[in-house]
Order: sequence, then C-alpha cells, then structure tokens
Amino acid sequence: MSPQKSKALPDIPGVPHEGDEPVFAAPWQAQAFALAVSLNEAGHFTWAEWTERFAPILKEAQIAPGASAADMNETYYQAWLKALERLVVEKGILTAPALTGRKDAWDRAARATPHGEPIVLGRENQPN
Amino acid sequence: MPHDGNDHDEGSALPDIELRVRTLESLLVEKGYVDPEALDVLIETYEDNVGPRNGAKVVARAWVDPDYRALLFENAGEALAQFGFGGRQGEHMMALENTPETHNMVVCTLCSCYPWPVLGLPPVWYKSPPYRAKAVIDPRGVLQDFGVTLPENTGIKVWDSTSEMRFLVIPMRPDGTEGWDEARLAALVTRDSMIGTGLPLKPNEVSP
Repeated sequence: MSPQKSKALPDIPGVPHEGDEPVFAAPWQAQAFALAVSLNEAGHFTWAEWTERFAPILKEAQIAPGASAADMNETYYQAWLKALERLVVEKGILTAPALTGRKDAWDRAARATPHGEPIVLGRENQPN
Repeated sequence: MPHDGNDHDEGSALPDIELRVRTLESLLVEKGYVDPEALDVLIETYEDNVGPRNGAKVVARAWVDPDYRALLFENAGEALAQFGFGGRQGEHMMALENTPETHNMVVCTLCSCYPWPVLGLPPVWYKSPPYRAKAVIDPRGVLQDFGVTLPENTGIKVWDSTSEMRFLVIPMRPDGTEGWDEARLAALVTRDSMIGTGLPLKPNEVSP
C-alpha cells in the first residue's frame, strides 16, 4: 500500500459501509478503525497480517443473520478491537501488562472525573 | 440557567469498550506509533458518515408536520423512535426549540454525552476544552467564531449534556422554503445547526 494515499476503505471483507465510505454506529468504532488504519499506514503491519488476525475473530463472533445494522456494527468492531489488541502485542508494539495497567488507569481516571470535564489520565492520582 | 451542575459529582464510569479504545490510543500516541493529528484527520473524514443525516430527517419532519413537532418537544424519545433512532444505553433525548427569542446551544466535552444516534460522531472542536469553556462564558462569541451573528434581542441558552440527558436543537425553518418536501428541507439542516453552533442553510445555499 502506498504510504501517501490514505484509503477510505481498506481491502477487508465486511467493513460496514455506504458507498466507498465506512459507517460507524458509535464514536469508539471510528476510533478503533482509525487506529488500525493509522498503524497500517505507518507501516507497523500489513493488511494481510491484519486480515489474518481479524478474520477468525470475526468469524467466531458470528453476526446473526437479520441483526440490525447497529448490532452488526457493534459485533464487527468488537472483533476489530480484539484483533487490534492482539496484533499490537504480537508485533511487540505494546505489551499485555501495559494494556492492562493503562486500562485500569483510565477506569480510575474516569471515575474520579466529575461529569462535564474531560477525562484525562493522572486525574485518579490527584486529591481532587 | 438550565446549566445545572448538581448531578455532576459522581464521576463518569466509561463502558469497557471505550476504556479499551482509550488505552490503545493513549499508549500508541505516547510511544509515537500513531500521530494524534493524523488520527483526528482520519476520524474527521468520517464525521459526516455516521449520522447527522438522521437528525436532519427529524428536523425536516418537525418543520412540516405540526403533530410530529408537538410530540418531539413533548417526548423526544418516542418521536425519534418513529425513525428507528434511539440511544443504546437508554439515555433520554430532549429536543430544544429555537425561536426568534431564544437560540439554544449544546455543550459537553465527553464524547459519550453527544447524541450520536442522531448526530453521528462529535466533531473534534466539540470535545475541545476551549469550546466548552467559552460556550458557557461567552456563547455569543462562540457563535461569532462559527460565523453566526444573531439579532441582539435573541437570547442564548446553553445546555450541558449529561450522561442521562442529550439534546437536539431544532433550528427555525428558513424563509423561502414554503411548499418544500421533507427530503428537500433535510438537505438544509447542517450538523452544527442541530448543536446550535450554526444555522440551517438558506435555500440559495444549496444546489437545486
């Protein structure tokens, strides 16, 4: 894939889309999607490698026939995120303990943040 | 005035899936694997593809159908459900009516407090601390930043979204659109006009 051209839609079967553009049912889905596309564009993995990880997870997730578009997106991007988490660890980009530790930090930061303020890391360590 | 802060003290637990996405994003950015600006650009390109068109359909119907309009302001959840739009976490939606006297504007920095079933992905600026701070202190200034000037005698109400309550602004129907059908009207409804940082397009601003 040429690095200068950002593809709107990667060559992956089943990306929920309208025309050439992917569609999302929630912001986190677009974020997860953009992270994988970004890492690929920066050369950290190929789409072939991605598909290899992603396809079995998606298959296992089993999108039920007749599921609503929103449910389909949900299942699809849950599988997407799982594949991304596995691939970054396999590629040595991040470690599993780093992921666990950071997730815990975000959880504590969110709970320590009054509603209406942006959730930022470090907040969980401040008295208030 | 409707800017209440009473129920904001409990912190904001994020769903597991959002924690995982934030985890990946923050680590990858910190370690330099992902450029945050490139990520924003990528996400911005999808903003229009998620859902502002949903909200536009609702607004257009409210402009042509008085019964629907009445229901929308009385029970927005039910009115949105007629289109099949609804929150997946059971949050409440409230429609805000713009009038010559009152212009409504919505603010919240958490992307989870954005009515994405009807408006799609929150724009990057909506999540930025400067927007939130200024919207509360100087809403007229924010509107000017967006190129919108309201008549002096139009008041501005700022509404703070919460995890339980999300807002959809119903802008005023532009002049010169008498007899237009819903589909044609919906094309005038911009995302920003439903957040209250913009106005609908005028008839001469869309290609016929």
